[in-house]
Amino acid sequence: MSAPVLSTRRLDKSFGSLVVAKDIDLSLPRGVRYALIGPNGAGKTTLINLIAGVLQPDAGRIVLGEEDVTRLEPEQRVKRGLVRTFQINTLFPNLSALESVTLAVCERRGVAGTWWRGLTGYREEVDEAYDILSSLTLGAVCYQPTRELAYGQQRLLEIALALATKPRVLLLDEPAAGVPRDESTGLFAAIAGLSQELTVLFIEHDMNVVFRFASRVIVMVGGRILVEGEPSEIAADPRVREGYLGGARHG
Amino acid sequence: MTSTAPAIGDPHRCLRAQARWRGIEVAFWLATPLPFLLLPSHLQLASHIAITALFTLSLDLILGYAGIVSLGHAAFFGLGAYAAGLVSKAGWGEPLTGLAIASAVAGLVGYATSAIIARTRHLALIMITLGLGLLLHEGANAAHWLTGGADGLQGVRMWPLLGRFRFDLYGYTAYAYSLVVLFLMFLVTRRLIHSPFGLSLRGIRENAIRMPAIGTPIRSRIRAVYTISAVIAGIAGALLAQTTETVSLATLDFQRSAEVLVILILGGAGRLYGGLIGAIVFMVARDQFSGINPQYWYFWIGALLVSVVMFLPNGILGGLAQFRPLSRRAGVPAALGQRAPGWRASGILEGIAQLTSSRRDKSS
Repeated sequence: MSAPVLSTRRLDKSFGSLVVAKDIDLSLPRGVRYALIGPNGAGKTTLINLIAGVLQPDAGRIVLGEEDVTRLEPEQRVKRGLVRTFQINTLFPNLSALESVTLAVCERRGVAGTWWRGLTGYREEVDEAYDILSSLTLGAVCYQPTRELAYGQQRLLEIALALATKPRVLLLDEPAAGVPRDESTGLFAAIAGLSQELTVLFIEHDMNVVFRFASRVIVMVGGRILVEGEPSEIAADPRVREGYLGGARHG
Repeated sequence: MTSTAPAIGDPHRCLRAQARWRGIEVAFWLATPLPFLLLPSHLQLASHIAITALFTLSLDLILGYAGIVSLGHAAFFGLGAYAAGLVSKAGWGEPLTGLAIASAVAGLVGYATSAIIARTRHLALIMITLGLGLLLHEGANAAHWLTGGADGLQGVRMWPLLGRFRFDLYGYTAYAYSLVVLFLMFLVTRRLIHSPFGLSLRGIRENAIRMPAIGTPIRSRIRAVYTISAVIAGIAGALLAQTTETVSLATLDFQRSAEVLVILILGGAGRLYGGLIGAIVFMVARDQFSGINPQYWYFWIGALLVSVVMFLPNGILGGLAQFRPLSRRAGVPAALGQRAPGWRASGILEGIAQLTSSRRDKSS
């Protein structure tokens, strides 16, 4: 296994007396598809917020490639290829899908601060945005305002926005949240089809999806990593079966 | 560009259609010199409207596009006015350099205060901008030696514009000057909102939480647009000082900040032309109402406001946009609007509505 693209060292975070992350050690190699599972309140989204820079850890380090990014702002982490999506659609309701993704492409290419040149002059950026949207089957609806898109299409746009930043590590917070089960398979097929250079960490509750698409699984309970391993090991682990898979709280 | 119906897969054409000059826009600007011919006795009012429109445009940039609510925008208007007035009083009455100096002063203060603005949101933002506005107003009031305090700045004398055109009593020069400056600043603003920077401002307005996640340094964008807005507001204030040759504390007071917000909401925020239409409607209405009922004319302004906000929650332009027969829901071909906005009987409302088509309908 190659050197990790993303790793965390003993991350801690608490809100008052509530411990939401404790001793989180992660090490994600290039190209893996990691599933992050655990009951509600286990700290999965908190972990993504810590890695993405929305929350500052109380202790510990986050290393992207060779670089310590623990103190960087979220947008600086995005510039370095550490990108997340949101569990609840966090889009631009009155921008079209094309405008939204073009914005993200312009941002990555460092031209989004340019005010004296019309957007129409940025043909390459627009073409790239359109290609990303087309690859996620959004080409035909990309001129509509985002708020008019179907819910499943908005979930895809979440991913399209992240892809436009050319990530090295993609953190997907329940990409299929709220999507009917038959549609979520298609969504995960799109995720599975992403470049093998890309490292993906996704939160997902549907165990069928997890076992089908993840190459490795991390189980979190109470802000700690309970166990990490191959899907088959996880399925067979008695602690996981007792504490989560077999438990009443599926979340 | 071909003349055939656009293929679904042409993103360039779609974006170009949004930035294109529409017939109604051209008609609007061609109509702006009409007061010279039709209303030569009201040119001072027309000049005042153009200045107010420019001031409202500056607020639209931050409020309508970037979503920054300000209740203290008169600070920059007043700064520009006092700076232009003081330059003239100091013995340099050349209008264009005065305008440049005033815009630089407003821009510098705008940039300095933008550091606070970029860190604040929602209600706190309203309080901060209100507070900064009050500070400046009382500062100018106290600095009697410099500003003349409540008596206003005396002794502003402008040299002829371009060395040739005197600022006359009827306002010929005043309106021509204000109108040209308004148009030039409008061109700059229009280019800005159709640029990648403008798109990122709309992104901040639409979802400030998402922006960092696509790599946008929100604070530096807000600082940039706030500074640009302050420059434009300063130019508007300077125009008022130069064309009226007086500067009073009223250029800085809270009522002016509130009024410009009202005008923008009346016309329709984030619609580029909202501030212009709002300024025309508001200023003409005020002129008329104060003529009909000199004592209680604010009553009618109040009635106008309540009725506009109740019946046209997105402002006048937002309301007109609803008459637009082509719903954007119809998708690409409709959004592209292949036909020119013709001057059919029904075409005027439709055309006015198209002024707004590069932007949102917030009501949905």
